[in-house]
Amino acid sequence: MRGEKRFIEGNIAIVEGAIAAGARFYAGYPISPSSEIAEYSARLLPRVGGLYIQMEDEISSMAALLGASVAGKKAYTATSGPGVSLMQENLGLGIMSEIPAVIIDVQRSGPSTGAATKPAQGDLMQARWGAHGDHSIIALSPASVQECFDLTVCAFNLAEKYRTPVYLLADETIGHLRETVTIRELEPDEIVSRKQPAEDVGPEDFRPYRYDGIMPEAMPPFGSDRYLSRTTGSTHDEKGEFRPVPENIHRVTHYLTDKIEKNAEDICMTKGWYLDDAETAFITWGCATRSALGAMEQLRARGEKVGMLQLQTVWPMPEKEIRSVLSSVKTVVVPELNLGQAAGEIRKFNDYGCKVVQANRVDGILISPEQIIRVWKEAEQHGEL
Amino acid sequence: MANYKDYMLFEKLPHTWCAGCGHGIILQAIADAFAMQGLDKHDIALVSGIGCFGRVDDYLDINCMHVTHGRALPAATGIALANPELHVLVTMGDGDGATIGGNHLIHCARRNINLTAVIANNYNYGQTGGQYSGTTPAGSITATSPYGHVEPGFDICKLAEAAGAPFVARTTPYNPMQIRNLIKRGMQTRGFALIEVMDTCPTHYGRLNKFGDAGPMLEKLNNMTVPVEKASSMSGEELEGRIVTGVLTDRPREDYYTRYKRIIDRLSTEKGSVPSA
Amino acid sequence: MAMAKKFNISINTKNCKQCGICSYLCPKEVLEQKVGGYPEAVRPEACIGCRLCEMRCPDFAIGVEVVQE
Repeated sequence: MRGEKRFIEGNIAIVEGAIAAGARFYAGYPISPSSEIAEYSARLLPRVGGLYIQMEDEISSMAALLGASVAGKKAYTATSGPGVSLMQENLGLGIMSEIPAVIIDVQRSGPSTGAATKPAQGDLMQARWGAHGDHSIIALSPASVQECFDLTVCAFNLAEKYRTPVYLLADETIGHLRETVTIRELEPDEIVSRKQPAEDVGPEDFRPYRYDGIMPEAMPPFGSDRYLSRTTGSTHDEKGEFRPVPENIHRVTHYLTDKIEKNAEDICMTKGWYLDDAETAFITWGCATRSALGAMEQLRARGEKVGMLQLQTVWPMPEKEIRSVLSSVKTVVVPELNLGQAAGEIRKFNDYGCKVVQANRVDGILISPEQIIRVWKEAEQHGEL
Repeated sequence: MANYKDYMLFEKLPHTWCAGCGHGIILQAIADAFAMQGLDKHDIALVSGIGCFGRVDDYLDINCMHVTHGRALPAATGIALANPELHVLVTMGDGDGATIGGNHLIHCARRNINLTAVIANNYNYGQTGGQYSGTTPAGSITATSPYGHVEPGFDICKLAEAAGAPFVARTTPYNPMQIRNLIKRGMQTRGFALIEVMDTCPTHYGRLNKFGDAGPMLEKLNNMTVPVEKASSMSGEELEGRIVTGVLTDRPREDYYTRYKRIIDRLSTEKGSVPSA
Repeated sequence: MAMAKKFNISINTKNCKQCGICSYLCPKEVLEQKVGGYPEAVRPEACIGCRLCEMRCPDFAIGVEVVQE
């Protein structure tokens, strides 16, 4: 395994992760605080035989990603909340058409231009529900520069495995944070390549879609000399042909949700600290994880039984791991740079009478460990909140 | 010799379009343009948008990507760059191509992406009931301009020309042989080619603007046309309200991929690996 | 002397939507059609095999076949 230690910012590590995972196409529109991803991709991609193109907007960027993916390339884009808003249209297309792609959202304050470009974690629900209609989505969120590399690789692998667009929800803090990380070439078995039809599937028998389970059909590229293929954003049958009849609409809608929700165990990644003896747990994601780690260490030093669960996968929510924490601790604190988007999801699983409190901040400044400790202390002192 | 039916899902007919709609004439011409070139189906990718004409892919037996309204050109841009060996055809209506997707049209032409765009311009949004689009002529009656349209319409060909398209042509369904020949020439142009087909919507636009039945509407449309060779000696006044047909622009220039590939090739021979961030 | 060609004109009533384009625009008035009816080749001997009806048919419903005499 060849690797090198580098002192780089999160946005650069994301590009390294994308290239390592086999990405060879970028289409995007510059926006702070994600622009380093575009700039570095423009420098790196042609060096590995890939292509960078700057489109006229985020709508066309997302469309171009899907086009490149349909033609066989692993494709990605980077943006921030305002750009994600524009990408929703073709994100939905990617979901319905089942086209792998990776969307890196380096979150910033909002709505609209907001306090450009202060850090925030306000796009959690936009990522989940931004596209109209019932569907599910995969989103990963890094809390360190190393995770920017590692989770970007995971994002590409999940996109291929489940044939769907995948989000990497970074934020301004992590994107512009510099740390020493290991950038390495991946072993072949660490990379999920586009699934191709089995040898014995003849051109006449091949169908671009399947709805008999919770895994997608193989996806030969446009230009394959053996198979013709078809993708569409219209509700379709196995042949990819428009079929808006009730039973088909029903099964396609269920399938698109099930293929992610019912594979949650495979998709969900978390990290835990001191959860064996914890009486209080911080459940975190993204940059707030770092503040919570500081709070946890301070409290542990004082002998408090505090543990932590970091959600590396934020969609689907790691229900099993969250339930395990909720059922074993008295208090859960959820620190976020928003007004409680993950906390609300965590409460949905709280069938255990656990006290779930929030430590939120939306003024463009990071949550301090002290704020988290203060929220915890208040929860300990007062009964139900 | 290949037959146009070889490129079609012929058993799916009759198609979805209204009686007398010009879209079917263009569909046949597209399939026949493939046949005339003897193309391998696997080497063709068609990207279609939303609208009546967006349904073209339903009847073609080639690689098809059916996308969102107005976004066919950027999706096709991704395909054309990811696999430069493919013949990429993009089918759009005037809504897709020149209204919601107008910005994509001019940028695609400017970049000179290697694809052929076929825009069926029937001056209105047929699928949603005949509302006005970005090409609806001033004064026209549509479902949303019941008292006469106050906006002028775009000249799609001039727009593409001004944006730098190397091949721009216009025709009508009255002249189906010309549609075939222009699509073929467009596909043989390395770079962005645009073929605008001034199309007929007898159900909405034709009915509301007194063009008569499908046959008379095609005839009236044809009477409005002037071949580009003849138009060159006509005054602006004489050309008022006329539709200039034929090859309007033919000025080949290097396409995006060819230029970008040169960078890839140069970098592959350069010493030193990863640039520092 | 070149042999005169004969043509067989077939109408596919499954696909035809009776729009009237073929009969209205046939340059030799080979086809006739009543409102609410399918086109009929009433003067097949006048057909010159230009195939414009076939190419202008939006519904893939008319075919012109050469029958060498």
